Amino acid sequence: MIIQDSKVLLEVRGLRASVNGTEVLKGVDFTVRYGEVHAIMGPNGSGKSTFSKVLAGHKAYEITGGSVLFDGKDLFALEPEERARAGVFLAFQYPIEIPGVGNGQFLRLAYNTLQTRRGHEELDPLEFDDFVREKMKLLEMNPDFLDRSVNEGFSGGEKKRNEILQMAILEPRLAILDETDSGLDIDALRIVAQGVNHLTNKNNATIMVTHYQRLLNYIVPDFVHVMEAGRIIKSGGKELAQELESRGYDWIQPDLDVNSQPKATARIVA
Amino acid sequence: MSVAVTHQTQPANGYLATLLAGHLSAPSPTSHKGTMRGQCIAPPVLTALQVAAAERVSALNVPSTRDEEWRFTDISLLTKLSFQPVVAESTLQLADIARFTIAEAGARLVFVDGVYAPHLSHTEQAEGVTVANLAHPLEKSAAHTDVRIATYLGQLAEYKNNVFAALNTACMSDAALILLARDTAVRQPIHLLFIASKQGGVSYPRCLIRAEAGSKATVVEDYVSLQDEAYFTNTVSEFSLADNAHVHHVRVQREGMNAFHIANCAVTLARGSHYQSVSVAMGARISRYNLNVLQAAEGGECTVDGLALISERQLADTHTCIDHAKPHGISRQLHKCIIGGSAHAVFNGKVMVRPGAQRVDSQQTNRNLLLTNRAQVDTKPQLEIFADDVKCTHGATVSQLDGEEIFYLQSRGLTDVVARNLLTYAFGAEILERIPVASLKHQLEQTVLEQAGLKQSGLEQMK
Repeated sequence: MIIQDSKVLLEVRGLRASVNGTEVLKGVDFTVRYGEVHAIMGPNGSGKSTFSKVLAGHKAYEITGGSVLFDGKDLFALEPEERARAGVFLAFQYPIEIPGVGNGQFLRLAYNTLQTRRGHEELDPLEFDDFVREKMKLLEMNPDFLDRSVNEGFSGGEKKRNEILQMAILEPRLAILDETDSGLDIDALRIVAQGVNHLTNKNNATIMVTHYQRLLNYIVPDFVHVMEAGRIIKSGGKELAQELESRGYDWIQPDLDVNSQPKATARIVA
Repeated sequence: MSVAVTHQTQPANGYLATLLAGHLSAPSPTSHKGTMRGQCIAPPVLTALQVAAAERVSALNVPSTRDEEWRFTDISLLTKLSFQPVVAESTLQLADIARFTIAEAGARLVFVDGVYAPHLSHTEQAEGVTVANLAHPLEKSAAHTDVRIATYLGQLAEYKNNVFAALNTACMSDAALILLARDTAVRQPIHLLFIASKQGGVSYPRCLIRAEAGSKATVVEDYVSLQDEAYFTNTVSEFSLADNAHVHHVRVQREGMNAFHIANCAVTLARGSHYQSVSVAMGARISRYNLNVLQAAEGGECTVDGLALISERQLADTHTCIDHAKPHGISRQLHKCIIGGSAHAVFNGKVMVRPGAQRVDSQQTNRNLLLTNRAQVDTKPQLEIFADDVKCTHGATVSQLDGEEIFYLQSRGLTDVVARNLLTYAFGAEILERIPVASLKHQLEQTVLEQAGLKQSGLEQMK
């Protein structure tokens, strides 16, 4: 939802990042305010996934320029776990399997770690069990998933649901969904989207990184951005996504001012 | 360093010289018994065996890294120290060993520095089951028992070319004896607890397990320490499984961090019998475990899993040999090593399929996790197949913690250290999961969490 005069949650300015000496992000400008849902689209290799990993603090990427403020504070001064505690959440494109660690126990460890850092009470195993089962209903997940190892032997759809379950439990202020729709059948997509929609509110914001427009039929973005060659070259409203779906990426003429505020651009398009 | 093991050529304070002076001054039945501790009443069958073994000790050399079987395991440190056998009976009380006991266990035999401790033990002589010290097997049917002991003791574990097995055989006195009569099932685990309490001591733990046809039991062979100085445990275990017998063998080596632990275990499987073992090595400065499983008849089945969890300057060497001598055998092996500090793990896993042993189905996997740049592993999976209709796979991996996995956990709020420890723990948990004794499994999981530094992270509530 677009809220008039909403506070800026994430402010990315001229962000440059490289991996193994190759520059992947070449000056990204991007602003997210509380309550908003953004979609970043673009062809493969455009830098979308890099962008989401850089925000979450992946060590493989070197920040070579620009700045990112999260709630007014320098995001790059924080370790990945500190970003998580500050409220950044990345739903992975390929969630990691951790054989030997029970999913329920992992979720409780993550939850209690964040609760402690946020100055809240931890939940004991029984309390947490009630808490997590309630959240699992939202994603139509079988409680059996708590007893299995983290993501081990999960289908693609189950892994993605497990990611959104973590989002539901950790209650981030900024959720970044990296290709969350990939590999999902239509039923799973609907369930995952319902879960996300249930979780979005005026006190948080969501960035969806996606190659396809399909997800955006279920999670309707306030803004759509096109990333290409490491920059956001066009921003618009949700109609932009439909246009991309029918016409592909080739027709796009970069906005004259690629540094313009997305919100401002959105108003032009709308 | 190769040391000739004869009385004449020993250096004055060399390792074997000290041992031989203490135990084998004249390997004859009379004087031999005399030099053992006073209360030892070895059955007569022992003496001939011990004389033969003592002769082999004299003829064999202490292995060095020039021997193929010891290429990666340098035990010269062991040969430089001197150890003395402990003869006094232990004064330990139950409270002293409470932390090592296993709640589920029925019978428990406790040996302190190799000496049987009756006041700490709980023998069992129920219908069809004998769990007792070998020196006092069963008064009521001693003669019969003697024959059975003679059939198996020293007959399964090869000592002719194995100096440590020979030394153990020559020097053993007290030993754990488990006899299971036909079609007897022992529901509660049997706990064989070997405690090291004396600095500079040497002990020769010995176990003999004979499971008659259709019998079933779980045996926990457990090596612990009450002190952290150097000592030497040289142990031999023999398992003989008759047709359709099922034995679960849990082996835990949690010796003191300066201990030397050398172990030989031999298992013989008759038709349709099952041997399942989980072996965990986390203690000792230098440890070596040789496990030989012989599928001597058709349709034998064994699962041989292992976990070595070592750090600092520890060395843990596991040599296994699964010998499929007959058709339709099944074997499964998953051996894992977690190596931290500048520790060194060795795994040598041989699977042999003899001529005519058709339809054997064997899988062997060795996975190694290196936690530091100084950690080292030498792994050598070996398949030797002389039959043409078999299904055998083997593989080994060496890896470090995966950066993507660490990042995943960090992105959920866990620190880098906790993330690493959690992944390390999970790597080992796959083996610990397979321990069929809940309280022991829990104990070991706690130990691993402690070693991984996870005690403080809230993770200890995970199990």
